[in-house]
Amino acid sequence: MLKINNLHVKLEEEEKIILKGVNLEVPAGKVHAIMGPNGSGKSTLSYVLSGRDGYEVTAGSATLQGQEILELDPEERASAGLFLAFQYPVEIPGVGNMTFLRTALNSQRKARGEDELSAADFLKLIREKAKSLKIDADMLKRPVNVGFSGGEKKRNEILQMAILEPKMCILDETDSGLDVDAMKLVADGVNALRAEGRSFLVITHYQRLLDHIKPDVVHIMADGRIVKTGGPELALEVENNGYADIFAEVA
Amino acid sequence: MALPQAKTDATEARLAHLQMPDGAGWANDARADALSRLRAMGLPGARDEYWRFTRPDALNAPVAPGAAVFDAKETALFSDIDRLRIVFRDGVFDAEASDDFSHENLAIERLSDATAKDIHWAKDLYGVLETRGQTPVKRPFAALNTAFATDGVVVRATGKVSKPVSFVYLHENPNSDAILHFVVRVEEGAELTILENGPAAARFNKCMEVEIADRATFHHVRAQGRDHERLAITHLFARLGEESTFKSFTLTANGRLTRNEAVIEVNGDNATAHIAGAAVGDGDFHHDDTVFITHDAVNCESRQVFKKVLRNGAVGAFQGKILVKAGAQKTDGYQISQALLLDGDAEFLAKPELEIYADDVACSHGSTTGAIDEEALFYLRSRGVPSSEAQDLLVLSFLTEAIDEIDDKAISADILSRLEGWLHRRRRS
Repeated sequence: MLKINNLHVKLEEEEKIILKGVNLEVPAGKVHAIMGPNGSGKSTLSYVLSGRDGYEVTAGSATLQGQEILELDPEERASAGLFLAFQYPVEIPGVGNMTFLRTALNSQRKARGEDELSAADFLKLIREKAKSLKIDADMLKRPVNVGFSGGEKKRNEILQMAILEPKMCILDETDSGLDVDAMKLVADGVNALRAEGRSFLVITHYQRLLDHIKPDVVHIMADGRIVKTGGPELALEVENNGYADIFAEVA
Repeated sequence: MALPQAKTDATEARLAHLQMPDGAGWANDARADALSRLRAMGLPGARDEYWRFTRPDALNAPVAPGAAVFDAKETALFSDIDRLRIVFRDGVFDAEASDDFSHENLAIERLSDATAKDIHWAKDLYGVLETRGQTPVKRPFAALNTAFATDGVVVRATGKVSKPVSFVYLHENPNSDAILHFVVRVEEGAELTILENGPAAARFNKCMEVEIADRATFHHVRAQGRDHERLAITHLFARLGEESTFKSFTLTANGRLTRNEAVIEVNGDNATAHIAGAAVGDGDFHHDDTVFITHDAVNCESRQVFKKVLRNGAVGAFQGKILVKAGAQKTDGYQISQALLLDGDAEFLAKPELEIYADDVACSHGSTTGAIDEEALFYLRSRGVPSSEAQDLLVLSFLTEAIDEIDDKAISADILSRLEGWLHRRRRS
């Protein structure tokens, strides 16, 4: 599904190299997790993949289902099936959540040459998806993320995912700022979306999110590289012993 | 103090091209008084305190600079709103194109007809609020208007008026120079909505005096025409009675020069005055909102919400004042003026002023100038919304607070679709 090959990235505005040769492959239907200390490049990886400004790819490639994505605009990557759940979802006053979701969905459908969804069909779709995430009608009517609690914002990200049905979902520290119950709700939402044709890359600091979203593979990232890859037990090792042991081992 | 010779010369040069209408009846005194006041204050100069952001030259010019007539391809604004239309063609009332004036709880007369009759309420209002509004800030073009207005109507609402009175200003002559004066009185407990739309003329001077009696409600929504080269100087004078409501919104898209002045006197306790504007300009566009709200009663609320979207050389100016007189306790005054600059070649000039002589009030003001929020833009794009569409959404998001000041949902939807169209036509990919 997602294949990252020898990815090197620096900041556009300064001579700071963040990713120093990332290699990663997430097969279809799998859930991979990336853990790593602050500053290891985890969030940068998610931003570079989704096409945020400010980064310069100096070497390497990233493909989604065989299609090179690093040269595409963010909206083109989204239509190709990539989705980034933001660590800090952005508030957009004056734009209704429902309008936003419909605009996004229909933009993607249009870009893929599919018919746009009618208002009635969309309403039906969103009601059904919102219900399972315990998102009430009021949250749909309010402006995008404005006045939402931390938990509501993350649930709103998962709702977008459910509506847009991406193939490759990147979750950037989705657990940050969530209490245990909210995290469980979000994880349930993600688990409900697990499917054969859909892959996940879950970026997190903590193992606890991975108790709820069980990964197939865990990668440890440090200083701009994947330094170790293993099974779910690797996350437990980090939780118990920190990163020091792993770094000592790979050094 | 004698006027500088240059001002006197400019004023006399302008006056040489103006003529008071014949047989103006009871308005003659008010017109003569306005003329002498105009002579005493002179036309504005670039060094006048309230004309530093906007050059008055084109408004001062004895002959109006021409403005090409814009051929709008879209349906006229407010077309789907059930309203009583009063049409002016280059500043001349067009009876044929207008609806019949008779309507429940409403009395309307053309100014020239009204001045020949003994209509006390109009006589007591014509030029009166304008004169009051000259202190402490001089408004020469309002005095000029009172003296030389060639047409207009007087409107009186005596109860709830079921549909809006809609002034439609058509511009067909590229050299027209129109001066219209409106007098509006909303009687105790009455409700009236006035709509205005259209460019009116190559150069348009409009003055509207609105008296809102106790417990009366006045709504005002206007859209200034899209003709690129048109000039407009408008004044809205309002006086509010007890528990009355005043709400005004203006959309300005295009126009080489627009200056909208509003002078609002909140004179009755528990009254509410909201004034808002959304201005969008691309290229040769100068838009100036100059607002003066005076609180002279207890427990009143006022809001000023002005938003401008500017690009490609467009300039926006805002001069907004809240004056709270001694004794106007429990005043709640709010003022925000913001500009969204879509490129590096646009400018916003703002001068917020608060002058407060009461000690138990809550007044706040803010002014910001900024670009499109890149983070929000990325967020929308990452969901699949194309860049140009995402930018339009964020522009509309920026304007929301102003548009929200329109109570009537059908009218605000109409305004919003105008803005969407304007943005859509200007998409740069």
